Amino acid sequence: MAEMPVVDVARCDGCGLCVGVCRCGALMLVGSIVVVAETAECDWCTDCELVCPTGAISCPFEIIIQET
Amino acid sequence: MAIQSEFLKGVPYFSGLGPAELESVGRVVFEKTAGRAEMLVLEGETATNLYFVGSGAVKVFRTSVEGKEQILSIARPGESFNDVGIFDGGPNTASARAMGPVVLYGIKKDDVHAILQAHARISLNVIRVLAGRVRDLVTLVEDLSFRHVIGRVARILAEQAGGNGERGPRLTQQEMAAMAGTAREVVGRSLKALEEEGAIRLDRHRIIITDKKALRRMIEAPE
Repeated sequence: MAEMPVVDVARCDGCGLCVGVCRCGALMLVGSIVVVAETAECDWCTDCELVCPTGAISCPFEIIIQET
Repeated sequence: MAIQSEFLKGVPYFSGLGPAELESVGRVVFEKTAGRAEMLVLEGETATNLYFVGSGAVKVFRTSVEGKEQILSIARPGESFNDVGIFDGGPNTASARAMGPVVLYGIKKDDVHAILQAHARISLNVIRVLAGRVRDLVTLVEDLSFRHVIGRVARILAEQAGGNGERGPRLTQQEMAAMAGTAREVVGRSLKALEEEGAIRLDRHRIIITDKKALRRMIEAPE
């Protein structure tokens, strides 16, 4: 299961800016709420988080240690 | 064009204008569309048009000689970009690129000057908008010039990393920015710098600390 950006529907105002900037088509507007479709094409560019005017979408990073 | 008047009403530059004034402004506005990643303005070139974002989002940035980008702002619907060169007659101060499909409303430089002379109200609005923008840029300048932000971001990564098979908390760039007392745009650049130093590797939604000693060096680098 691919990790995907997270939408806080309570904060989403349905402006659709994130849908417009998404390069992999993972985001779509359903009514006035953005929904996220799972896809391995998402490369975590975080542009959706960057453009969101209400802070409703987030792309959290997991921080791990993996020294070789 | 009706849609332009409706749009212009919501643009901070034209706030408080009556229908007749909006109509006169609307007469010199032209529409332009662009696709994802299309360059709209190039840093250093002669400024020819002032743009307002009708729909979509535009990244405004400067590029270093090494090709690194520093985001200055994101222009969203109703917001303008390429203002400075239009007002002072100099070259474009930054580049602008469409982050997805965009619709822009543009006004040619000469028309902007004519509008400003005809409507004092617009000049006051412009001053207010530009003052806000200077305020944001001053904060960014402070972050970039006086603070060792990379070291602080490195410290956050070291402190928040999951260890012993446990998963650490997940952090957005916005959250890291808040913890480091800086702007999100600066965090993005810091992560890239740490990756170039070989301290971390960005793997989609994972920040992998690949060299703890290198990360420590970045934390301990002098302010």
